[in-house]
Amino acid sequence: MTQRNRLSGGQIVRNTPLNFTFDGKSYTGFQGDTLASALMANDVQLLGRSFKYHRPRGLLTAGSEEPNALVELRTGGRQEPNTRATVAELFDGLTANSQNRFPSLKYDFMAINDRFSNFLSAGFYYKTFMWPAAFWEKIYEPIIRKAAGLGSISFEDDPDAYDKGFLHCDLLIIGAGPAGLSAALTAGRAGASVILSEEDFVLGGRLNGESHAIDNMAGTDWVVQAQAELAALPNVRIMPRTTIVGAYDHGIYGAVERVSDHIAMPDAGKPRQIFWRIYSKQALLCAGAIERPIAFENNDRPGVMMAGAVRSFVNRWAATPAQDVAVFTNNDDGHRTVADLQAKGVNVAAVIDVRPDAPRVDGAELFAGAQVVDSAGRLGLKSITIRLQNGETRKISCGALAVSGGWNPNAHMTCHQRGKPVWDETIAAFVPGGDLPAGLTVAGAAMGQFSTDAALSGGANAAVSALAALNIDAKVGERSTAEDAPTNLTPFWYVKEGKGRAWIDQQNDVTVKDVKLAHQENFVSVEHLKRYTTLGMATDQGKTSNMGGLAVMAEMTGKSIPETGTTIFRPPYTPVAMGTIAGRSVGMEFHPTRETPSHKWASEQGAVFVEVGNWLRAQWFPKAGETHWRQSVDREVLATRKSVGVCDVTTLGKIDVQGRDAAVFLNHIYANAFGKLPVGKVRYGLMLREDGIAYDDGTAARLAEDHFVVTTTTANAVLVYRNMEFARQCLWPDLDVQLISTTEAWAQYAVAGPNARKLLQKVVDADYDLSNEGFPFMACGEITVCGGLRARLFRISFSGELAYEIAVPTRYGDALVRRLMEAGEEFDVVPYGTEALGVMRIEKGHAAGNELNGTTSAVNLGMGRMVSKKKDCIGNTLSERAGLNEGDALNLVGFKPVSDADPVTAGALLMNATGVVSAEADQGYITSAAYSPILNSSIGIGFLKNGFERKGEVIRAVNPMAGTEIKLEVVSAHFVDPEGERLRA
Amino acid sequence: MHNLGAITPLGRTQSHVDQFDGLRICEVTSRALASLSARLGAEKACGDKATKFTGLTLPSVGKSEVGDAFSAFWMGPEQWMIDADYDQHTLLAAELKSAMGDTASVVEQTDAWCRFDLEGPRCADVFERLCNVDARGMTTDDVTRTRLEHLGCFVWCLEAANKFAVIGPRSSAKSIHHALVTAARSAI
Repeated sequence: MTQRNRLSGGQIVRNTPLNFTFDGKSYTGFQGDTLASALMANDVQLLGRSFKYHRPRGLLTAGSEEPNALVELRTGGRQEPNTRATVAELFDGLTANSQNRFPSLKYDFMAINDRFSNFLSAGFYYKTFMWPAAFWEKIYEPIIRKAAGLGSISFEDDPDAYDKGFLHCDLLIIGAGPAGLSAALTAGRAGASVILSEEDFVLGGRLNGESHAIDNMAGTDWVVQAQAELAALPNVRIMPRTTIVGAYDHGIYGAVERVSDHIAMPDAGKPRQIFWRIYSKQALLCAGAIERPIAFENNDRPGVMMAGAVRSFVNRWAATPAQDVAVFTNNDDGHRTVADLQAKGVNVAAVIDVRPDAPRVDGAELFAGAQVVDSAGRLGLKSITIRLQNGETRKISCGALAVSGGWNPNAHMTCHQRGKPVWDETIAAFVPGGDLPAGLTVAGAAMGQFSTDAALSGGANAAVSALAALNIDAKVGERSTAEDAPTNLTPFWYVKEGKGRAWIDQQNDVTVKDVKLAHQENFVSVEHLKRYTTLGMATDQGKTSNMGGLAVMAEMTGKSIPETGTTIFRPPYTPVAMGTIAGRSVGMEFHPTRETPSHKWASEQGAVFVEVGNWLRAQWFPKAGETHWRQSVDREVLATRKSVGVCDVTTLGKIDVQGRDAAVFLNHIYANAFGKLPVGKVRYGLMLREDGIAYDDGTAARLAEDHFVVTTTTANAVLVYRNMEFARQCLWPDLDVQLISTTEAWAQYAVAGPNARKLLQKVVDADYDLSNEGFPFMACGEITVCGGLRARLFRISFSGELAYEIAVPTRYGDALVRRLMEAGEEFDVVPYGTEALGVMRIEKGHAAGNELNGTTSAVNLGMGRMVSKKKDCIGNTLSERAGLNEGDALNLVGFKPVSDADPVTAGALLMNATGVVSAEADQGYITSAAYSPILNSSIGIGFLKNGFERKGEVIRAVNPMAGTEIKLEVVSAHFVDPEGERLRA
Repeated sequence: MHNLGAITPLGRTQSHVDQFDGLRICEVTSRALASLSARLGAEKACGDKATKFTGLTLPSVGKSEVGDAFSAFWMGPEQWMIDADYDQHTLLAAELKSAMGDTASVVEQTDAWCRFDLEGPRCADVFERLCNVDARGMTTDDVTRTRLEHLGCFVWCLEAANKFAVIGPRSSAKSIHHALVTAARSAI
């Protein structure tokens, strides 16, 4: 198809044609086009349907402020809804579709909403869906949710990757228009480290859309020259396609770089986008200004556009919205559109200037003191109706209307930390003012410096000032010069004539009438106005509409616009995809993993792994013929209890505690006493929270008078270390104690079972006596293994068996487990995983995380006497609270089903053998349960009121949710070897 | 001499190397590490003895000292990491403790960490996609602790702009390596 509206010139590469489709129809554009400019060149004016009334909509702007032209790009996993066609760079093969319409853009059933607009005005939902209340959840909300939203997603996984990154600079310049470029040149020449970010894919800002000259050369040539100089400076980083989306504390700015949005798919290994956190010492906002519309009846018709946007399309993209274009303005800037259209050979059908003293126009009919009062055309503009100064009306045929109501400085970023802009009467607009984010200054049109020359000088001067704050000496020097004409604006917000709807916020379908209605219903505060009408919400955040709404409200209330105030601007400045925020932390890369020293070996054995925090621990080791995990776990338990098993316990936290006061320190940390623990011995320890509740347990081994190794549970390794470090630094800074984690430094294996000693004797060097006398229960020591490798040995047992934990430097962990397996062949050694570990500790009645669950005290755990009263410790005093020491306290006991076949279930509630099942009758709960292959029965441990005194009693374990109930006998929690003979063997 | 074989943090018998245009990422296994913490009240004596043993002045906050046999970097108040060649000083912690006596607590840290050295002009391009460290702004001997791939790591500038060591928790070596390589592929 020919590009009917393509003009001559522009910054497009005509020898690089690009094919694309829109709503299934094929078109051609050029390199350098946006989707919007390419569609315009192809005379496609209707691009979308409005949110609420499904009115036909076309382009309003040429930039990221676009409220109307929202489209879906791409297909499949890369399908992306609600993207502004004005910022979508064209690439070969792009598939674009309109959205929020059915069955087609031209014929949209939902356009019926427009017929009922009287009912769908502001506040419609609040008034309509109030009754009957019961309808809300089941009927109203689902219907509203279905109707809401614009584009759709494919529900396929996004195949692309997104990076996150961090940048640092002296000066961040936001926007590479004339002010930003001028600032970057000034700062770059001074040697400062500069980041120049630009949301567009080319630098230049408005210079690309204007026909201004700078230093007697075309503005665009000046941009090329400036860019070349900047690119040659190693201290300047130019970042096109990068939008600064938020201003945060301490000079930190969020930025989204669209690395691969302009190509069909990212190159291998490259991200689609990068979310940068930019740490700036100073920042300079040169974000330009956004042109504001003038509202009039039916001003939302496709073809009614901003005048500056028309200039951008004509000058930069060589595309005109129509062959006959009218201009409606209240300022001199609008007249530039006339000249630029004419320069490209486009007919200017009329110039309607609300100012009676409008300047003369050549080559087009000028209607000074006139207003546009209506428009016509079903799916695109065909004509406008104007009211002349003398009161007559006239209809003018035109395919597009370029509107300029003046410009609003782009102050968003200055308000992200609740700064309020101030009103500048000379340009009838808010400019940045008040409390700006620390280190942020503003220059160029964003500061209300609207002429190109003012922008150039403003940017350079602001750079000098910003760098002066960093003691960097920069000079403006001989700067470039350009036009310096005032805009001569007469404020004019909306045309009062007409009974129809004049659109203020085209994205949210908010009209002048809606604002008036809000006022009538007393929603006069700007924040209320916003919520009541939805003015300024959604993807464009009211960039083209907020001011119009404020102006109408100001008129209604009789206040000035600055008295009426502005709503808060919040990040992000433009929409940010959720994938960009997630970055690489998706799927299997959501968090890092930790592998135990035996991981490689365990993988070779076919171990099934379980995530324990970031750790991957072997859960069990299936053998050929085993079809159910229980078979593997039962075998591992039985083999360990019969002979010997090996389990990787490296994941337990290991904290090295040294210093003259190490023992005193541990006395403070643990509930029980450690001061008299002999060197070469290990002791079980219980830690309390400040409130007296137990929070972690483990062991402390005394390797020397001034040296302990504390072990923690896997889950609490970091927490305990952090708490100990806090205690060391803040609670007892006068103690001589030094801490460091050694969890990763040592590969540690539990070797458990009656043959554990025999196995270890084959590995531990002969110099060390492992006999029961030489190395008794709870002994520890530094030894050597396998011919001289330094190692540590602890005789401790979680399984209840004769057991040791042996540690070697991590790099030898893989070799050691292989050696243990090899040496243990004669004893039928088995590796066992966390499941068997769990079964054996339940059989032994050892508490773990399920029991130390944040609600239980030492008394509950049966360790009340461990809380030594001969010394103070964290939690000691509050453990004496009455509530923790009541007569019928929960006690940790064991449970065995009365009928062996019944399963014991963790979480089940305990009730007396008879009586009602109710919260009032609650007797406790089961914390851990397992099938014991030793007892051939399911068993459990848990907390029962006064449980220590109830052994032998039959109670019930109930699950009222599932309707189950089984009878249990209360027994000792120590199902296996209650006297501890095996572990002392 | 013992008869157990070692594996690297990445689970191999040899150090792993990844080569990119302008960047080399090398798994380093040849360094011994020991933490050195001054005992309360013995700070000066600790510094003196450490200097005598290593030939280094213990570095101040965010800095390292690199000598012929030993290097040291600051880890926290009155706490340093001492680094030496593994083959020459396999028992570094024991040697150091013997030299320091009661002036310091010394803990073997060799296998608590994995180390990847990044070398080449593209180092900073990779770091900026990994962590909040201004690698371009670091001078030789700067060291900082940062979060990289959600993990607490040291980034040690061995040669400004051109060579850095990333020292992170050994159990997560594969995750760290994956992050480094992914960032390198992304940036280069």
